Amino acid sequence: MEIFGLSTSALLSQLLLGLVNGSFYAILSLGLAVIFGLLNVINFSHGAMFMLGAIVTWMAGQYFGLNYWVMLLLSPLVVGAIGVVIERLLLRHLYQLDHLYGLLLTFGLTLFIEGILRSIYGSSGLPFSTPEQLTGATDLGFMMLPNYRAWVVFASLSVCFITWYVIEKTKLGSYLRAGTENPKLVQAFGINFPLMMTLTYAFGVGLAAFSGVLAAPIIQISPLMGSNLIIVVFAVVVIGGMGSILGSILTGLGLGLIEGLTKVFYPEASNTVVFAIMAIVLLFRPAGLFGREK
Amino acid sequence: MNLLVPKFLKPSLYIAIILLGVLAPWYFYPIFLMKILCFALFAAAFNLLLGYTGLLSFGHAAFFGGSGYAAGFFMRNAGLSPELGIILATCFAICLGAAMGGLAIRRQGIYFSMITLALAQMFYFICLQAPITGGEDGFQGIPRGSLFGLIDLSNDLNLYYFVLLVVLFGFLLIARIVASPFGQVLKAIKENEPRAVSLGYDVNQFKFLVFVLSAALAGLAGSVQALVLGFETLSDVHWSMSGLVILMTLVGGVGTLIGPLIGALVIVVLEQRVGEIGNFLAKISSVQWFNSLGESVTIVTGLIFILCVMLFRKGLVGYFVKQK
Repeated sequence: MEIFGLSTSALLSQLLLGLVNGSFYAILSLGLAVIFGLLNVINFSHGAMFMLGAIVTWMAGQYFGLNYWVMLLLSPLVVGAIGVVIERLLLRHLYQLDHLYGLLLTFGLTLFIEGILRSIYGSSGLPFSTPEQLTGATDLGFMMLPNYRAWVVFASLSVCFITWYVIEKTKLGSYLRAGTENPKLVQAFGINFPLMMTLTYAFGVGLAAFSGVLAAPIIQISPLMGSNLIIVVFAVVVIGGMGSILGSILTGLGLGLIEGLTKVFYPEASNTVVFAIMAIVLLFRPAGLFGREK
Repeated sequence: MNLLVPKFLKPSLYIAIILLGVLAPWYFYPIFLMKILCFALFAAAFNLLLGYTGLLSFGHAAFFGGSGYAAGFFMRNAGLSPELGIILATCFAICLGAAMGGLAIRRQGIYFSMITLALAQMFYFICLQAPITGGEDGFQGIPRGSLFGLIDLSNDLNLYYFVLLVVLFGFLLIARIVASPFGQVLKAIKENEPRAVSLGYDVNQFKFLVFVLSAALAGLAGSVQALVLGFETLSDVHWSMSGLVILMTLVGGVGTLIGPLIGALVIVVLEQRVGEIGNFLAKISSVQWFNSLGESVTIVTGLIFILCVMLFRKGLVGYFVKQK
């Protein structure tokens, strides 16, 4: 079967690749949105945290012999702990100031973290193999489905769904939503708001680390892997708007798919297509697809 | 007009700085000085947005590097004289600034920064792929030529005084803009945008205009730098360059006239010397790791970023000169 002169299986495998990228965009923009909602900080170091998630996994395998599955749980915790330190030590003191300072601080942090890791590991990729349970591919009849990619999409979507469920449907989430709307009132009800901010930041960067672990076997692990990604995620966030969680997830996945399609039909534009879409959205819907101005 | 420098310092301080600029090439390597001057103008152009209008652009590398490529194209491929090349390259930056600014001012605050960053990244990828820029190899062999067909710019000293004049012109223009009624409206926008709107100012028009002006001056700096170095590379359009210009402004002092000059001086010298400092630290502390500091300058720039944001938000100028 052929569509536009391409075999269906080639097209579908590109779409799957797009979906994999899209699920990274979704998790990262979700974390950005949750952090921004409560802390009013755009976390530039989100890309660095994604990278840390991957590199911590690699280090644990290299130095302590811990395997992928352990690190899938442990790595977000480690990076989340780093997030706690960053929030307590640095970010906390900037909440009273212009939001720009939060962006600048996290930008500086990104340079610092990347620089340190680059001075140790260089900028070429570190090898990381796919866990043996997920190597190979499954024949679906119309296409070969690489097991690991399917797992990435499945795991990412599950995490996105759980996050959505926790924030929208549970008591804990209702605190978070209330804090986003009116921090003073939440505090007046006796909720430990500063602690909530710390945990939210840790949770957001933990999400980034989780997707970093997922990415480890398919993207070259290098200290610089996060920074180009985070700029695309910024564009995703501008397109989707940060008002709605479901919106972030859908925009992330959708743009990943579009990027995958561009790779098939016009590969030269695959790097720039997300930014071009952002420009178009800004022209016609400045507040973003799901956005409301904050 | 209050340019955030005390009155008694004003004329004498500026004359002293200009004198230093005139004498400097006799003591220091002119190319190095010209690089500092170009970055000073670049940072001052950026500061026009951040310091005087309160807009944080994260995409200024696009104008700096983009017009560097444009200058190279006009001077090498089209064979135009340097003055024409620089003027046309600045026009290119104006067009690019109008396109990016027109889109970016549609959102406020933090979104503005993200949009400029994303658009500049798009421009970076275009530069990476377009055959004209030479991609990873860079744009080589930009001729210096002679100014107005009279002054031979291949002489480093001639070139230096030309660059000094251009940069001086840029700084005077910025001082004039800031002190003008237009500049006062910009300040009003920075202090309180809704109030400026309610006073009847078309805020978007002002933002757009200052964005284009800032892009033009950044482009001027970039095209002069391309003329000085004779080549243009991708690193000038990369987001790290946008970050570097933010750092220069932050270190020097946001919203001050000479802050960007001082910031550019400090950062360019530091980048140059960081390897030696690392070697020195390795020697006295016998930690071998410090030797690699030269290759990962971002450790140092990142650290300065963090320090500036946490402790020295007014920068060097703001720290030493008490504001009124």
